[in-house]
Amino acid sequence: MRWKVLIPVLGLAGLCGMLATIGAASILDRAAGEKDLDAPAPNATLIARGKYLVRLGDCAACHSVSGRPAFSGGLRFATPIGGVYSTNITPDPEYGIGRLSLADFDRALRFGVSKGHSLYPAMPFPSYANTKPGDVAALYAYFKYGVPPATTPNIKNDIPFPLSMRWPLTFWRLLFAPRPEPFIARAGNDSVIARGAYLVEGLGHCGECHTPRNLALQVRAQKASDGPVFLSGALVDTYFAPSLRQGSADTLGDWTEHDIVSFLTTGANPHGIVFGSMTDVIVHSTQYLTADDAIAIAKYLRALSDPVGPSTRTYAYDDRDHSALKSGDASKTGARVYIDNCAACHRPDGLGYERVFPRLAGNPVVNAPNSASLISIVLTGSRTPRTPETPAQFSMPAFAWRLNDQDVADVVNFISSSWGNSAPMTRAAEVAAFRKALAPSER
Amino acid sequence: MTIQDYPVSFEELEPHFDHFEKVCGTSGIAGNLRGEIRPGGNPFEGARSDEYPTPPLPPIYAAELFEKATAELGYKSFPQPSANSSIAFTNPYGVRLGPCNLCGFCERFGCFLYSKASPQTTILPILANRPNLEVRTSAYVTRILRDNNGKNATGVLYIDEDGREVEQPTDLVVLSAFQLHNVRLLLLSGIGVPYDPVSGEGIVGKNYAYQMNSVTAAYFGEDVEINPFIGAGAAGLRIIDEFNSDHFDHQIHGFIGGSSIFAGATGGRPIEQMMIPPNAPKWGKEWMTAIRRHYRHSAPIGAQGSVMSYRDRYLSLDPTYTDGHGLPLLRLTFDWHNNEYKMAAFSAARVQEIVRVMKPEQQATLLMRPGDHYDVRIYQSTHTTGGAIIGTNPSNSFINRYSQSWDVSNLFVMGASAFPQNIGYNPTGLLAALAYFSAVKIRASYLKSPGPLVPT
Repeated sequence: MRWKVLIPVLGLAGLCGMLATIGAASILDRAAGEKDLDAPAPNATLIARGKYLVRLGDCAACHSVSGRPAFSGGLRFATPIGGVYSTNITPDPEYGIGRLSLADFDRALRFGVSKGHSLYPAMPFPSYANTKPGDVAALYAYFKYGVPPATTPNIKNDIPFPLSMRWPLTFWRLLFAPRPEPFIARAGNDSVIARGAYLVEGLGHCGECHTPRNLALQVRAQKASDGPVFLSGALVDTYFAPSLRQGSADTLGDWTEHDIVSFLTTGANPHGIVFGSMTDVIVHSTQYLTADDAIAIAKYLRALSDPVGPSTRTYAYDDRDHSALKSGDASKTGARVYIDNCAACHRPDGLGYERVFPRLAGNPVVNAPNSASLISIVLTGSRTPRTPETPAQFSMPAFAWRLNDQDVADVVNFISSSWGNSAPMTRAAEVAAFRKALAPSER
Repeated sequence: MTIQDYPVSFEELEPHFDHFEKVCGTSGIAGNLRGEIRPGGNPFEGARSDEYPTPPLPPIYAAELFEKATAELGYKSFPQPSANSSIAFTNPYGVRLGPCNLCGFCERFGCFLYSKASPQTTILPILANRPNLEVRTSAYVTRILRDNNGKNATGVLYIDEDGREVEQPTDLVVLSAFQLHNVRLLLLSGIGVPYDPVSGEGIVGKNYAYQMNSVTAAYFGEDVEINPFIGAGAAGLRIIDEFNSDHFDHQIHGFIGGSSIFAGATGGRPIEQMMIPPNAPKWGKEWMTAIRRHYRHSAPIGAQGSVMSYRDRYLSLDPTYTDGHGLPLLRLTFDWHNNEYKMAAFSAARVQEIVRVMKPEQQATLLMRPGDHYDVRIYQSTHTTGGAIIGTNPSNSFINRYSQSWDVSNLFVMGASAFPQNIGYNPTGLLAALAYFSAVKIRASYLKSPGPLVPT
């Protein structure tokens, strides 16, 4: 996550003697949020609703780590200056959030302030800011009464002083996080689309990955009304989270509502199969969407038109590359690598097999303005998620060990220039950088 | 001969064949759909309730030549049904299989296309997340334990990966350790009376049988592109059933049983599956020349033949050799009988007639002739059967029609160990149908009221 780069920058600024601002930050942090909120009496319905909303918010993605009690934290976010760890959010009074009032909880969730200081924006509070008071109360009830308390101590962040000072985060928060306001549907909006907007822009925090960020690493748009940059695709670590908008070949243009619902609940549809960190999102979060909420999200995404970026091109299948391969002509750069390594599953026609091996022809990920995902998948392979509806898991093996940088660049270029696909060219040097980011045993 | 009939009919098993084929995504074409004989399928098969779940795979080239030749001879060839899904297919458990692309590495390899049916591609995915399932790997079961009167299994004893002996108590034992090992575990556990070939008494180990196969290699020469690396396992083969089972009049031939006859290699693996004529050198430059000339241009036409069961062919515990834990190994006492030599010669003659019509440059037949002995070192078939056979009463069988032990009613034995004699087909469909037939009965009756499911 690139926001972490910010820490040294802001940390250094701190060293320049802005001591006064530290005091100001502290006062501002303490002033955030509501003083008091009345928590509704807990009951099974409220707690169950909270459980559902916790899944929508995918709190487990960061706060549950395999091998530790659920929601007891401990996920390390590596930053150039050290590690930041997710915290214990079970109701344990000592190690967790058992002593937090509803107002305290609301302050952390929507304002990004906890125990009098600002949180690292790894916590997506700028997105959660729109959560409605009733839903905050349900989330609170679930964490207080639905989650077993875990006496798991938090792991201390290992960022050394003075970089560990938090006051710069206060100013980041005030500058870049939206003013927390409960979601209000715009007048005249379809109520189903409004529900989709609330989930996508809020708890779903889709924009945290799918919306590009600015220099200070704040997302360039928080919601649809901020403009067409919202959910227009962004680089996340070594993957490109594709555009979720409508229009050109690199968007969800030809995905029907049903396709989007199917993707969110199973990780696959006739256009493609999930990969990268979205796989965890499907497993921990979106597979639990109610039918109504899944459709609301689909309708909302289908309404996001105005593509941005260099391409307004729509996709049309082109049979020439398939014909060439079929007639034994593998003279195009990368064709030979493709035939030897990829074609058995993705087929010479690039159409794959529905819900088994994704099609590459017309796949928006292939047509994205950035080939990071293709490079990463070729190097490290991929595995489909297991959900109740899709118990079978399909694997693609890693190719880093058998393809050199030029081979990977060639095959990525072959894929992104065949069957009507079009995307910027990849150079071997770019592949080398991705390879370097892998663990030594994976290279 | 000690052959006997099954205590369960085809009609009773048919729904379970059908279910198993759907679990596997089996590709094929029905030859008898609810009594209607349909072109393109096996006209000899029993009445199926449904079509195969996925369409047949396209024939590999050797199978195409076979199709033409058999048609010329008046036989009705059909795609060999195979548990390779031919399309992306979701089975009744909701598990999705990929489509076979005839990659050439089916036999003896894992399937990267998720089309070759095996537990991990068909059933394990839905069991994986069940809270009431625990799989203990690296557990080497050595004995089924019983109570004092020996009528009830109380658990199994196994050795874990640290060499410790562990007793696992249980209400129900389902023995499914492969045909040979099923028999060994019964003998090691002292369940049932071991078969005695001298007196003919006893039952455990009785009626071991194998298959009697022959193969005719057709060498077509460099103008005919067989390309044996395309296709694999049963996928893409074509087959005829005219000379199997009771599908022809045996009266003048002096034997019973028969063979299914099929064309096309099960793979084209380097070295092991490279075909060269028998007169070519076995090494050196001339060998290489022969490989270059014949590998891509040759095909085997095979006959998979039945083997009857006999009083002197059986399984027992070895008096001399033991495994690493000091437990006796299984001893296999087997050789060919006259009936099978005759059956094999008859089948091979039919194959040779077909191959002649396929017009290769030359052909050569590998066939067991009278005087040739069974040799365990030479791979002939994986299809071993018998030893814990199924039957109508405790004197002729170890298990009843529901695969339940007559002696120990909470012990069920699954596998080809149930077959009273062997068939001229692959055994998996039949053993799976028997297993599902049993499983349905266990759930419907046994669990509600444990005890013998067939009165004695």
